[in-house]
Order: sequence, then C-alpha cells, then structure tokens
Amino acid sequence: MNRRNFNRALAASAALAAVPYVRAQSPKLKIGVILPKSGYLSFIGQSCQKGADLAPGVIRDLLGVDIELMNADFESNVDTARTRAERLIQEGANVLVGPFDSGAAAAIAQVAEQRGVPFVINIAAAPQITEQGYKFVFRNFQTAGDIVRNGLALMGELFQATNTVPRTAVFMHVNDTFGQAMAKGIGAFMPRLTQLPFKIVDTISYDPAAKDLTVEVSKAKAANADFLMLVCRLNDAIILRREMVKQRWNPMGIVSPGSPGMYEEQYFKALGKLSEHSISNVPWYNPNAKLTKVVEKAFLKQNPKDKLVFHGLNAGFTFEAILVAADAYKRAKSTDAKTLADAIRQTNITEKMTLGGPIKFNEKGQVEGIGSACVQNLNLTPTVVLPTNAATAKPVFPAPYYKK
Amino acid sequence: MSVDLVANVVIAGVLTGLVYGLMALGLSVIFGVVRVVNFAHGEMMTVAMYAATILFAAFKLDPFLAMLPVAALFFVLGYALQAGLINPFITRPEHSQFMLLVAVAIVMVNAMLMIFGPDARNVQLDYQLESFEIGKILIDKARLYAAGAALVAAAALFCFFRYSLTGKAIRACADNYLGAKVVGLNVKKYYAFTFGLGSACVAVAGCAMALLVDVTPPLGPYYTLLAFVIVIVGGLGSMTGALLGGVLIGVSEALAGLFITPSAKSMFSFGLLILVLLLRPQGLLGRR
Repeated sequence: MNRRNFNRALAASAALAAVPYVRAQSPKLKIGVILPKSGYLSFIGQSCQKGADLAPGVIRDLLGVDIELMNADFESNVDTARTRAERLIQEGANVLVGPFDSGAAAAIAQVAEQRGVPFVINIAAAPQITEQGYKFVFRNFQTAGDIVRNGLALMGELFQATNTVPRTAVFMHVNDTFGQAMAKGIGAFMPRLTQLPFKIVDTISYDPAAKDLTVEVSKAKAANADFLMLVCRLNDAIILRREMVKQRWNPMGIVSPGSPGMYEEQYFKALGKLSEHSISNVPWYNPNAKLTKVVEKAFLKQNPKDKLVFHGLNAGFTFEAILVAADAYKRAKSTDAKTLADAIRQTNITEKMTLGGPIKFNEKGQVEGIGSACVQNLNLTPTVVLPTNAATAKPVFPAPYYKK
Repeated sequence: MSVDLVANVVIAGVLTGLVYGLMALGLSVIFGVVRVVNFAHGEMMTVAMYAATILFAAFKLDPFLAMLPVAALFFVLGYALQAGLINPFITRPEHSQFMLLVAVAIVMVNAMLMIFGPDARNVQLDYQLESFEIGKILIDKARLYAAGAALVAAAALFCFFRYSLTGKAIRACADNYLGAKVVGLNVKKYYAFTFGLGSACVAVAGCAMALLVDVTPPLGPYYTLLAFVIVIVGGLGSMTGALLGGVLIGVSEALAGLFITPSAKSMFSFGLLILVLLLRPQGLLGRR
C-alpha cells in the first residue's frame, strides 16, 4: 500500500468510525436522579422518586422534550452520594438532580462543579451550597434562612389566628448539616422577631439516625416549656412522638419552623391518631395551580392507591427540578454542559406547582421568593391552615391533648 | 437538674442496657467456648427482629410469645452454621475466620435488603406506648418487659452452663480442648451446640428489641459494633461481664446524653471502651 492509499484508507475508516458515534447521540436529555432510597432517609427519598417517575411523561406532553432518567440511590450516606454522582456522570448523565439532603447536596455540588455538569437541587436547605461561587449548581428550594424566616413568621400568624400566647418553647433539632443550618438560622432570626411572644428555654440537638430518644425527650419535658419547636427528619419524628406519649408529655403542640417529617405519609401510617395536630411550616405546593392538576393526574395514574398530598413537597420540588433541566434543554437545543448551564441560568418558569413566584435563578444559582405554608395534620391528612388565602381548614392550637 | 429526671434516665439506661447485655451475652458465650469472634452477630439480631415483626404481622403474635419459636429456629440455624461452615475454619488462622464471618454478615445484610427492602418495620402493641408511674418516675412498660425477658434468658443460660451435664461438657471443651477430646467428648458437636445457644440468645434479644426499635437492614453492623464494645468492656468470654457491660454502656450513654449533649451519646460508650482497654485490657470481669 502506498502512502496515498494508506491516507485514503485512514480517512475512510475515520469516517466510518464517526457514523456510529453520530448515530449514538441520543435526542434524549439524560438526567441523573440521586436520592436516598435506602437508609434512614429512605421514605422521603422514595417519596421524591415518585415526583421523578412521573416527570418524563408530563414533560413530554408539556414541552415536547424527551428525557431519560438515570436513577441512583445514595443510601442516606454522603460519601455514597459523591460516588453515585461520579458514576452517573461517567455513564453519560447530562444533568444531575437531587438529593433531598444538604450534606449530600454539598458533596454532589463539588463533583458537579469539578466535572462541569449542571446540578439542579430539588430539596436541600443549607445556605452554603449556593454561596461557594459554583457555576453549575442551581437550587429551586428555600435556604435554611428563608425557611426559618417564613416558618417563624407563620408561627406568629398561627398564634394570632388561634388567640394563644405561648411564653416558652423547647427547641429540638437534628444535628446534621440541615439541622445545624436551621439552628443557626433560628439563633440569628429569633432576637429580631420581637413580635413572637415566646422565648426558647432549652435547645437539644440529637442524631437524626437515633434509634432511641428517651433521654432527649426526658430533657425536653423537664424544660417545662409551653410547646415543642422541632426541626426533624422522618424516622426521628416518629420515634420522638411515640416517646412523648410514653413519657406523658403533652405540650400545647409540636410546631416545626420548617423541616420534613411530620407531613410525610409514613408519619401518619406509623403513628395513626398520634400524628394529629402536628404542625409544619414548610415550602408547599399550590393545590390550585394548573400544573398541580396535571401532575396530580399523572401521580394518580402511577400510584393509584396513593395521594399527592402526602408527597406534595417531595414530589413537587423533584418534579420541578427535572422541569428546570428539561426547559433549559428545550431552549439550549444541546446537551453540552456549559450551554445547558447557561440556559438554566436564564430560566423563567411562571407556570409552576409550588407556592411563590416564578422559578428564576439569581447570580448564585438560587431561586428567591419560594413561599411557605402552615401545614397541620388534621383528619390524618396534611392540611394547609395558613396563610388564610391558601387555607383549607382552620388551625387547631393548642392541640386537644394539651395538659398544662 | 431534678433527681426524678436523673432517675428516669438512669432507669431507662439500665433497662435498655440489659437487652444490649443479652445480645452481647451470645457473642461472649460463642467466643468463650468456640474461640471464634462472630462478626455477623448484629446481623443475626436484625434477622431475629425481622422474624418478630413478620410473626406479628402474620399472626399478631406478641414478640414475647415469639421468643420461643424464634429462639428454637435460631438454635437450629446457629448449630447448622457452626457445624457446616465454621467448624472447618476452627484450626485456620484468625484472619480466615474473620473474613468468613464478615462475608456471612455482608450476605445477611444484602439478603435482608433484597427480601424486606430498606423500609423500617415495627410491631405496634398498645402497651408499647404505656408506662408505669411510681411517684414522679415513669417506667416504659415495653422496656421493662424486655429487660425482664433478658434477665430470665440470661439466668436460664447461667443455670444451663452451671448445672446441666451438657453445660458442664461445654465448659470442659472451653477450658481444655485437648483434655476434652481425650476424655471422649465430641468437641465439634459441642461447639455447634454452643453456637446454637449463642444464636438463641441473640434471637431472644432481637425479639425484645423489636418492641423498642424499628428494624431496618443497616441496623446489623451497628449492633455488631455495639456488641463488641459491650463484651470488650465487660470482658470477652465472661457471661456476667457481658450483662454488666451492657448496663454500663446503656447507663453511660443515657447520662452523657443528659449531662452533656444527647448527640454525643455514642462518643461516651467509645470513650469508656478506650478507658477500659487502657486500664484493664481484659475487660472488667475478664480473665487474663
């Protein structure tokens, strides 16, 4: 073979090699969804997954965009979250979505930033995640500061609406990244909110994976406070409520200034009537929004025996995170990471499912103006009781079990 | 801080510690006789907890009533495990035994994940939410019953080893392997019997624990570690030491939670472990 023929053969084989590459390029956007589907956050992770599972169908109908989900379980373990994110990127994920947990979100954010892959956080509140100057990290969820500010404001509204004046609270919180951020937020905001009638008489932190909360509840009960202010997860909230009954501690109520746990389906299943009257001031979904109706229909089709109300926050924000990625892909017309990240930065979604203003990211990659609601467990269902314009029932406070 | 608060917390610590003690007792008995450290101990306890929740879900069987059938089943399984899998490793180096039992533990955790999934399961009985009230002191009913069951099971085991012929034969095997063989004892059969007994202990502890804690597959490694801490504090191979270690760990965690911070509870049990290892390496009631 002479040099000319060799060059021709080389060019031909290069062209042939390029053909399957071109064919292999899929028009689908590959979204790596990382959630804690096992471990102590498993129930919430599975609840979030329901929002992810319905997204491809709903988004195809809404935007005409095909997406492919690549699901990963980070087992409620931050280190596993990091390795799952690495693997999803290696396997071709164009965008990462997840992970519900602040510690895991911080770990995935580092990976996403290093590898230059957009990461849309569904739920995670630690403020520092969007304070690092990251270019590929976006969050459509309130920061701990926002949650606390909104949560405490709703607490004031709750006391006004029920004509009650609790003077003292005992504050219990999980000691993970989220719990610490919330505690910091409460410490910063409480002194400024002079309209709140109560003061915190004791603060008790505990392990979110605790199997027994006897000591914690004994200590909290001994504080003799009017009500319990609680920043929890799910399993610990169940253990804690049971322990309160065992120790016959009946304060005016349990009010969360913004944490998961007490509105989750498993809380109702595990506790039955004991779940009643617990209050969570949390970012919530708007049951009257047009998009909610669409999502609810898809949700019921996929989960005929379930109700969206038990997964509203988890499924709602997970769905919206995927919607953000799909919407950006539609505008960018490319799976190139930088182009996608630029498109996400330009997002302006007004037709949304959750409460608050449009989904628009600021220069830090954070959505501002997400709303909260005061959600009380009434008739074994999480029910919006405040703000009044979104309420479907009146708040009950003190709880009927209250004994001074 | 009021006296009744401290008393409440200490009593809860003692009661939980007794159940921990029974769990560790199984580990201690197996090591004391067979000289094999069961690294799948916590996983076996988790399987027993699942057994209790399944029997409750299927037949509404109270875990206290489930203790007998579950213990019998675990005795058979433990016997088979020792006779079929561990006995061939008795004369092999310790790292081989270690790897074997770690492998068994990993297989058990993953099998549980495949069979039961990651969701927490529990039993729900009325008395689980009730307490006895003595003055200002509240004693959790389920915890008290569980501790009572642990004491009864431990006493039965003590009596078995002290007064029964089989128990004496097992002690002979533990004291002098060669001597036991010389007098005609079937040592490997007694080893299997002992592993069965240790497994039955774990089964009783698991049924009792199912009343206090929701069960998930990852609990296994946690309980294995806890059992090790307890037997090392109490003295590896000492039955009384295991119970004492359990109570000490239960109480120290409770008091650390009360006086310092609840989120640092386990730090204190490991602190206690380091202290014992420094001052009395053989454990509080262990022999050199």
